[in-house]
Amino acid sequence: MFRKLSCSAALVLALTAGQATAAEVDTEVTDYAFSFEGPFGSYDQMQLQRGLQVYTEICSACHGLEYLAFRNLSDEGGPGLPEDQMRAYAEFYDVFDPTLFDGEGDFRPATPADRFPESGLSSAPDLTLMAKARAGFHGPYGTGISQFVNGMGGAEYIASLMTGYHEEPECALEGEPMDGFYNVAFAAGGFPESCKDENGKHKVPGSWISMGQPLWGDDVVYEDGSPTDLESVSMDVAAFLMWTAEPKLMARKQAGLTGVLFLTVLSVLLYLTNKRLWAPHKKKS
Amino acid sequence: MGGIPHDHYEPKSSGEKWLHKRLPIVSLMYDTLMIPTPKNLNWMWIWGIVLVFTLVLQIITGVVLVMHYVPHVDMAFASVEHIMRDVNGGHMIRYFHMNGASLFFVAVYAHIFRSLYYGSYKSPREVTWIIGMLMYLLMMGTAFMGYVLPWGQMSFHGTAVITGLFGAIPFVGESVQTWLLGASAVGQPALNRFFSLHYLLPFILLGLTIVHVWAFHTTGNNNPTGVEVRRTSKEDAEKDTLPFWPYFVIKDLFALAIIIAIFMAVVGFMPNYLGHPDNYIPANPLATPSHIVPEWYFLPFYAILRAFDGEVWLVIAVNWLTFGIIDAKFFGVIAMFGAIVVMALAPWLDTSTVRSGRYRPMFKWWFWLFVVNFILLMWVGARPAEGIYPYISLIGSTYWFAYFLVILPLLGVIEKPTTPPATIEEDFNAHYGAKGDSGDAVASPAE
Repeated sequence: MFRKLSCSAALVLALTAGQATAAEVDTEVTDYAFSFEGPFGSYDQMQLQRGLQVYTEICSACHGLEYLAFRNLSDEGGPGLPEDQMRAYAEFYDVFDPTLFDGEGDFRPATPADRFPESGLSSAPDLTLMAKARAGFHGPYGTGISQFVNGMGGAEYIASLMTGYHEEPECALEGEPMDGFYNVAFAAGGFPESCKDENGKHKVPGSWISMGQPLWGDDVVYEDGSPTDLESVSMDVAAFLMWTAEPKLMARKQAGLTGVLFLTVLSVLLYLTNKRLWAPHKKKS
Repeated sequence: MGGIPHDHYEPKSSGEKWLHKRLPIVSLMYDTLMIPTPKNLNWMWIWGIVLVFTLVLQIITGVVLVMHYVPHVDMAFASVEHIMRDVNGGHMIRYFHMNGASLFFVAVYAHIFRSLYYGSYKSPREVTWIIGMLMYLLMMGTAFMGYVLPWGQMSFHGTAVITGLFGAIPFVGESVQTWLLGASAVGQPALNRFFSLHYLLPFILLGLTIVHVWAFHTTGNNNPTGVEVRRTSKEDAEKDTLPFWPYFVIKDLFALAIIIAIFMAVVGFMPNYLGHPDNYIPANPLATPSHIVPEWYFLPFYAILRAFDGEVWLVIAVNWLTFGIIDAKFFGVIAMFGAIVVMALAPWLDTSTVRSGRYRPMFKWWFWLFVVNFILLMWVGARPAEGIYPYISLIGSTYWFAYFLVILPLLGVIEKPTTPPATIEEDFNAHYGAKGDSGDAVASPAE
């Protein structure tokens, strides 16, 4: 209940969000360096645990993680919570169980097999896949072919969004007051006419987002004493959401590496076989 | 096969003879595997094997995915996430399948361009070409329907746009669209039938693959010179060819191993590179993505579809002449399908008597321009239809049609081709020298 209440301030503003625009919007997305980038990158277990803490204490007030199960928190390649901790964490949540009360259903504490609740707020999107839904090279947060080295860009976007809340630009004060909050990383929000030039081109980056600034720095206290400035906390939660979107990332890269190495050896063997096979028919070889 | 004289299977043991009388299956396999193959085939002749491999990969991974997928509008997206998270190895199987579609199109485009350059479509291989074009269309249909199944934002709105194209057909368009979707809008009936067809079409593709292979085994392979294998005697034929097994099987497997290694790197390290981020948002009919972009392999045709808008004089003229029956939208649809039709008609549009582009000095330039134009169309297909992009689309689309309808027919008349080698053996020996160890073969076609 506490979580539901704590976001009510943001809720009121969220429901009055500006319209999405189709125009090309400049955004400021910082290319943060994450540990899971590149072919050999892997998740930083401690960072995922810190990110989980940020999600639990702040984001979960409004946003759900409906595709993630509590047991996943103990999976290999994830935050790696010990099982007893994971069970205790799950019990902190109430989930609706339709089989209770002779089919009428009731709430009960969650078990490891349950999934995280859905968003408690209809206008707050589910966050499980957000790092993949905001990734990549088609969208405005593109990293192109450098995905191979720099990752998909989704986590960078989330961290930039968290740190992207700025004072409203002066041009916005000239016209009608805008609903929502000015964010330099957000592309899909409302934008005041007074900040466009005569061709309709935006004079300032970003747009107005309905979500109020959720992180300010020092929002959480980390047990391991890691820094809690805005950027660090933002990166932690972004890394955690990358994991919720792609929990098998490390297993996948491992499989990829094994596959590439094996196939390279196979290619060399087949090359030599082929060369030898054709040699009697080719004078110059 | 192919009228190329060669050894046939002789059943030796009594068991083989017993089976051969009742079902000559070993003989069929022998003749298929031992087909005399021009020995000068270059590395562009490996894509057929890659395509067969990919088809099998897609069928196997697809069959496993179906065991866990739920074709229901409320559950499809979640069931894909279930595959990605809970099914053993599910994330790899799904990424293989997803990127397998891209590998399929990389291979098919390389395969098609090879045929266009070396004149593989020309007599007597027109039937192979036509079947190939049918397979290409089926592939596109299958890929499109497969993209709908995860029921993400792009799945949903892409389907709405593409089925909307059929709505552009005069008089019956709306009925056709409703018939295709099973409803007036994209929803449960569409998802169910696309799922059904996405499972069915690959098996038709498999059947057509056999016919495709049968067709070119009947005519014999084309080769980089475009010169036919000598069929005058078994000895002559053997100078031009080597049996498919083991020479080309090993060569193809080598190439295949390299291609799968690259494929594995994409799947392992950047599996979402070719996908669209919006498809990780569950389908929402009320929220249309700002850019609806098809998968990369459809982009050239998407560019052609959009190129002919209402401001092109040809479109205006046609619109006027047909009393508005063919409007800009329908014109675009005709152009898109027409682009593939003119390509399928290449065997009859190309008037040159020389088969291989290697010996056609003018054709070469136009061909490479065609390739560049294809890539340009692919690029411009992903751009929004504003500013300079529609003009680029229009120029590119015009060249596509001009290549098949004007350039190929004209070149045959005005071009002076160089002389191809008399035999495949001559070409092979020019590259690799005569047979080294036996010492009896001389690089002379006159023998």
